[in-house]
Amino acid sequence: MGSNADLPAAAEAATRATRQAEVLAALQPLLPAHALLWRSEDTVPYECDGLTAYREQPLLVALPETDAQVAAVLRTCHALKVPVVARGSGTGLSGGALPHRMGVTLSLAKFNKILKLDKYSRTAVVQCGVRNLAISEAAAPLGLYYAPDPSSQIACSIGGNVAENSGGVHCLKYGLTLHNVLRVRGFSIEGEPVEFGSEALDCAGLDLLALVVGSEGMLAVTTEVTVKLVPRPQVARCIMASFDDIRKAGDAVAQIIAAGIIPAGLEMMDKPMTAAVEDFVHAGYDLNAEAILLCESDGTPEEVDEEINRMLDVLSGSGAARMEVSKDEAQRLKFWSGRKNAFPASGRISPDYMCMDSTIPRKRLADMLLAIQAMEQKYGLRCANVFHAGDGNLHPLILFDANDPDQLHRCELFGADILETSVAMGGTVTGEHGVGIEKLSSMCVQFSPEEREQMFAVKRAFDSAELLNPGKVIPLLSRCAEYGKMHVKKGLLPFPELPRF
Amino acid sequence: MDSDASDTGLEPALQQLVERVQQARAERRNLCIRGGGSKDFYGDMPRGEPLDMGGLCGISRYEPTELVVTVRAGTPLSELEAELAEQGQCLAFEPPRFAASSTVGGMVAAGLSGPSRAAVGSVRDHVLGATLLNGKAEVLSFGGQVMKNVAGYDVSRVLAGSMGVLGAICEVSLKVLPVPAATATLRFEMDQASAIRQLNEWAGRPLPLHASAWWQGLLVVRLSGAAAAVQAAAHSMGGEAVPPDLAAGFWDGLRDQSDEYFVNARAALAQGATLWRLSLPPTAPPLALDGDCLVEWGGAQRWLCSTQPAATVRDAAAAAGGHATLFMGQDRSAGVFAPLKSPLDRIHRELKRAFDPDGVFNPGRMYPGLCP
Repeated sequence: MGSNADLPAAAEAATRATRQAEVLAALQPLLPAHALLWRSEDTVPYECDGLTAYREQPLLVALPETDAQVAAVLRTCHALKVPVVARGSGTGLSGGALPHRMGVTLSLAKFNKILKLDKYSRTAVVQCGVRNLAISEAAAPLGLYYAPDPSSQIACSIGGNVAENSGGVHCLKYGLTLHNVLRVRGFSIEGEPVEFGSEALDCAGLDLLALVVGSEGMLAVTTEVTVKLVPRPQVARCIMASFDDIRKAGDAVAQIIAAGIIPAGLEMMDKPMTAAVEDFVHAGYDLNAEAILLCESDGTPEEVDEEINRMLDVLSGSGAARMEVSKDEAQRLKFWSGRKNAFPASGRISPDYMCMDSTIPRKRLADMLLAIQAMEQKYGLRCANVFHAGDGNLHPLILFDANDPDQLHRCELFGADILETSVAMGGTVTGEHGVGIEKLSSMCVQFSPEEREQMFAVKRAFDSAELLNPGKVIPLLSRCAEYGKMHVKKGLLPFPELPRF
Repeated sequence: MDSDASDTGLEPALQQLVERVQQARAERRNLCIRGGGSKDFYGDMPRGEPLDMGGLCGISRYEPTELVVTVRAGTPLSELEAELAEQGQCLAFEPPRFAASSTVGGMVAAGLSGPSRAAVGSVRDHVLGATLLNGKAEVLSFGGQVMKNVAGYDVSRVLAGSMGVLGAICEVSLKVLPVPAATATLRFEMDQASAIRQLNEWAGRPLPLHASAWWQGLLVVRLSGAAAAVQAAAHSMGGEAVPPDLAAGFWDGLRDQSDEYFVNARAALAQGATLWRLSLPPTAPPLALDGDCLVEWGGAQRWLCSTQPAATVRDAAAAAGGHATLFMGQDRSAGVFAPLKSPLDRIHRELKRAFDPDGVFNPGRMYPGLCP
């Protein structure tokens, strides 16, 4: 992008057309005709992912069907120095799959087969385009499932989950994608086959799997994933507790953990969100509550009874105004239906919404909710909140109308304020949605220039020409200078506790 | 950012380390990162001037309700564990304590996990963040103190098992967990092949399995979790209950490698044997290798004390889908860690260059070729 920015638009368009013809000619011998899209009307569906505010047309879209084709496309792009953006289901919320104007979008949608499902080893070998939920559905007859369950699980692909290190509502107990993946196979930017991890629990040398999971397609292209499957718990039950005070709800979360309980799920919704989802799913939520907690226990019947009783004690001790335990699976799913539909429900009460994804220490949940209430006044916009309270991951949904440029602008400032407040509270700008293009500026606040340069060096160790998904995740020095906010220092660095804003 | 060394505001112990690295880099000398020195046997021979991490000591932050502890690298592991125990919490991955001097930094750098690894995850899985002193003498912080964090590459987790080749770990944030409410240990008489089959079948059922060990015809299994779940599982699995005191001693011995198996293995080293750690798919049947074998992690970790040539052991492990580490032995000339294939070998060299361009830290400790 950068070097072309100075050219007048017409000259840039001509350069781009020439480049497109060159890349197309090089790729045509490698793929069947239907697997290459370059006409504008054909590439439009690829111009954004789940973050629709950012759009770009790729030079062309390649849809390989075999490993050999993926390797050949990568070899050619590497030789021609063409950027490559790998794409799964396109459900990402941070613009990680936003096309590169001078690059190839590598759609892996056709890699959609489950290659192996084995009860004895409790593993599944799946192609990268297989949907998250499809794995659990296929494993269900074996009494097994794949634990990470991002809310988009009906659509998102396992390859995308690997790129983002996706979580879900059960990850406090069952871990993130990293903890549930054994092996990732794929290709380097040079088109060389590469394998991270194995069917054993560790590998010789550095733990590169830990780097690749969550690397947002910037280190290698994933084509096949071996996941762990775990036994389906015999029973799951859920408590719905309402609180008349946000602080009491926040404290209840800390008290559950302090009691030595690791709930299978622990979620919080604030009053505006509760109203929005109740109107949508009619789950019987307490509309007078300032905050609602959903606390789930799973395991054997004896274990669940024991844990539910302990959680009820803690919740009432923390001042819960009302508590209800799910009587059966239908009621449990009903309790969850509102939480799982928070995003579409928000879509009904506002023309647009922007979803934040920062994580903070659990004990700051109430502080954060109160800070967000103050920001609603400051920016003149409403915000509805759902939190993965168990792990401190926030999803404030800022409601706005994108047709009003001033609202969009205020929404962006509101979002940046939430992220920076999260960093100042000792948290991080993204818990599970990734940095992508959306949170590049916020990375300037979380990382020092030296830390960002070290991340670039990591990228170059895998991809020396910086062709895989360039421009994402790590902001350039110039961008941070322009953004003009100070890096918040952490840990052993000087003055980590000093408030900066 | 001002990087003037005289005005960094770093605490003195850290500032001293930064200056040592600057000096070593300028004079092209090597540094050997040292915590408690309890794992000198592990990895290739330590080389270079010692960089003592003992000055960076103490727990920086511990909030039990956050399930997170932030600790300086030179803190003795025993000190950390005592502090956690007071709050009813623990390092769930049960890292080995080879000596009282073992430190938290050494624990992360070696990346070794104990008996519960297959059930709860590894050291790597519990690292949430780290501050690193890299080969350019820069103090860098990655990850954080929260459970979920995908801001940038997960550099902190790669430090687990990195053997210090990327730099000196100064501070780490670790996920901690409550001590299980109840445990029970059962023993079963069976041969190795049956034990491996049985462990994998159990693992496919919703049982609170926590650790396992098979040696010389005896399979020992630990359950942990809610009391009701442990009781119900123990009842359904059968076997013979091991008294709690005896069981606790056994698991500690296994964890710290002071158990009879490891005592025998160390004695055999003097006779030219090697203690191998084989990491295999848990379902791999017993390998056709001579020597004394102890099976842990539901079949995924197998110790082998053997006089067979390194190539024979490595080939057998690779054929089974895993790898073999020369864990202890007088002769480390075969290389401690299984050799890497392309392009992983190239990526390792490039990562080393990215963190430590002048090759200051721990030369050859992981791979002889891992020097820029």
